[in-house]
Amino acid sequence: MAWTGKILRVDLGTGTCASEPLNMEWAQNYLGQRGLATKYYVEECDPKVDPLSPDNKMIMTTGPLTGTCASTAGRYSVVTKGALTGAIACSNSGGFFGNEMKNAGWDMIIFEGKSANPVYLLVENDNARLLDASEFWGTSVWDTEEGIKKKHNDPHIRVASIGLSGERGVKFACVVNDMDRAAGRSGVGTVMGSKNLKAVAIRGTQGVRVKDFAAFRAATDAGKAVLAENAVTGQGLPAYGTQVLMNVINEVGALPTRNHLDVQFEGAGDISAEKMVEKRQSDGKANLITNAACFACTIGCGRVSQIERTHFTVKDRPEYQGAKGGLEYEAAWALGAATGVGDLDTLTFANFICNEQGFDPISFGATVGAAMELYETGVITKEQTGGIELKFGSAEALAEVTELTGRGEGFGAEIGLGSKLLCEKYGHPELSMSVKGQEFPAYDSRGIQGMGLTYATSNRGACHLRSYTVASEILGIPEKTDPLVADGKAGLVKAFQDATAAFDSSGLCIFTSFAWTLEDVAPQIDAACDGEWSAERLLEVGERVWNLERQFNLAAGFTGKDDNLPARLLKDAAKAGPAKGLTNQLDKMLPEYYEVRGWTPDGVPTNETLSRLGV
Amino acid sequence: MQRSLSIEPEKCTGCLQCELACSLDNEGAFNPSKSRIRVFKFEDEGRFVPYTCTQCAEAWCLKACPVDAISLDPETGAKVVSDALCVGCKVCTIACPFGTINYNQDTGKVIKCDLCEGEPECATACPTDAITYIDANWTGLERMRAWAQRTDAGAGAAE
Repeated sequence: MAWTGKILRVDLGTGTCASEPLNMEWAQNYLGQRGLATKYYVEECDPKVDPLSPDNKMIMTTGPLTGTCASTAGRYSVVTKGALTGAIACSNSGGFFGNEMKNAGWDMIIFEGKSANPVYLLVENDNARLLDASEFWGTSVWDTEEGIKKKHNDPHIRVASIGLSGERGVKFACVVNDMDRAAGRSGVGTVMGSKNLKAVAIRGTQGVRVKDFAAFRAATDAGKAVLAENAVTGQGLPAYGTQVLMNVINEVGALPTRNHLDVQFEGAGDISAEKMVEKRQSDGKANLITNAACFACTIGCGRVSQIERTHFTVKDRPEYQGAKGGLEYEAAWALGAATGVGDLDTLTFANFICNEQGFDPISFGATVGAAMELYETGVITKEQTGGIELKFGSAEALAEVTELTGRGEGFGAEIGLGSKLLCEKYGHPELSMSVKGQEFPAYDSRGIQGMGLTYATSNRGACHLRSYTVASEILGIPEKTDPLVADGKAGLVKAFQDATAAFDSSGLCIFTSFAWTLEDVAPQIDAACDGEWSAERLLEVGERVWNLERQFNLAAGFTGKDDNLPARLLKDAAKAGPAKGLTNQLDKMLPEYYEVRGWTPDGVPTNETLSRLGV
Repeated sequence: MQRSLSIEPEKCTGCLQCELACSLDNEGAFNPSKSRIRVFKFEDEGRFVPYTCTQCAEAWCLKACPVDAISLDPETGAKVVSDALCVGCKVCTIACPFGTINYNQDTGKVIKCDLCEGEPECATACPTDAITYIDANWTGLERMRAWAQRTDAGAGAAE
């Protein structure tokens, strides 16, 4: 129950689709989604595999709660070896696609090999087949999604696809579903593109069942009440979205600005949530049209935005003048503060293009920030950018390079390398603000110390969604810790990492953890799934998942030396704000972290730890 | 006293909790494709609109049914399909001007909203009160109140 008990295995090389039973013993140990798909992935793939070779596999996976009425229970993930990082990748997405996959009767879809020609997978309940995608290859996510629904004359089909960036090898391409929700990070869309797989289209009508419906209703109702009463999930996120953070993080001096040269952005207010709801003088309308929810979500943090029709980015381009998925905090930061661009409509436009052509606004914006620094210091010239004046703060340059990257053309192909390869190519690897090849998100670790350890040790490269200690260090959830102090952060990071891995394995959205602890989640899982599920057991699942991912990365060739931060964050002190004069104190936190993890001083899980967890 | 479902689209976030609740009550599983209420998303306008049967007083579906499988529940005013009588001829789906009665190929019967015997699950599940179950004679009351508030008659009386 809760699991459908079925896996769809798709061999792109031979064009065959086959059903097989889910390994229920593994499901009891790894729960679902991130954990369970990672278990399948590491059992089946050589850790040294080239992410873009046919031997790499890509798994689309739901959690046991996906497709149920639990709040936010519509998530699915894409698990593979990341094209951007070469590390284990698990990118999580909302929208409605996850439910459709579950309602069609599948816990997971495992893609193997590579198709000789572009194809898409069509799944109608038990019936799955690969179809020729030549009419969609070379088109955007938006056109592909609309085109598939039209071709099959079925508006209920849900589609996850890649855009031009994913077809053309942009290293941080996403898989985008429902027009504007994305499995965004680590280049999972690049892997999909390398397999000549354009889209996965699903229609499911079989229903999702749980172990005990009455107990499940009671447990999920209780969970929803907690979300509704919480200030963040009940008020802040619905009204302002994640963008509620822009001014907050700027105030605490942890808003990385212009490739982390600064920690506060003078234009933060202009690209904030408050600005999004303010009526423009020109046309009397606000950027934000309404909020929107993913499947089953009672929070509703999604943004729907509209650009002023006369704005230079959309003038005479009606296809971008309607309402579409708007800016969330990470995108607004990366497209804005990281590049020094303080024009809300330009950032909204860039965000539209990221959705339309399927690439990660975080890695993209951060890479543009790095390229701007290279340009301003004369390392990259105007000839190399194809005539673009790639200066910090230039809205025109940002808009142009966004469209080029979406198509993988011109200087956009260089940006599409990601900051690590780009900065190496131009002889300045130190200017890539990344860990394990993946760019930082929107929190400067000089002003929020725990995030430095979070980034350094994240199994998928720098990421805020592996241990969001911002919750504790800035927002006081579950309890306040001092963001400027390194002491005690090792244990905090481990606790967040393990709990997050459990949330990510359930089918639920991590944003519920602003209000929920695993004590709130456990009764929902317990009522849905076979077996007995307590908060302690879920936390152990999370720790097991974390160590499994770590083992894979070590086997892939990473070592403790890769648990590091760029010198800029370790040596150049923050210039302003509450963290002025501080660097990140990773050297104080990392040894303690290895110790609380039960790893050796070199960062290798001990046999004792592995056997305790059954990895 | 009968009550009606009242739908205020401007409050809807498109989460589909109504569809989940409806399908669970009627089908015994979470299955939005079998929901009697549907949420429509108008992408370019950023609008979400839940839509279901209005329970017409003179119900065209009921009148069109050749085997009298659709009857009036006098308690709630709902027009209710009898699975035992329905032969799946689909004439009601043609007769309904609003498209809110539909054929279910898994059972060979038609499905429509029956107001859950007076306790509509969609209204209970809606997290934003976009769907409520209110006095059938006063479905315009809140709109009247809003407009009443905008008049200036009596302004200043509270000062």
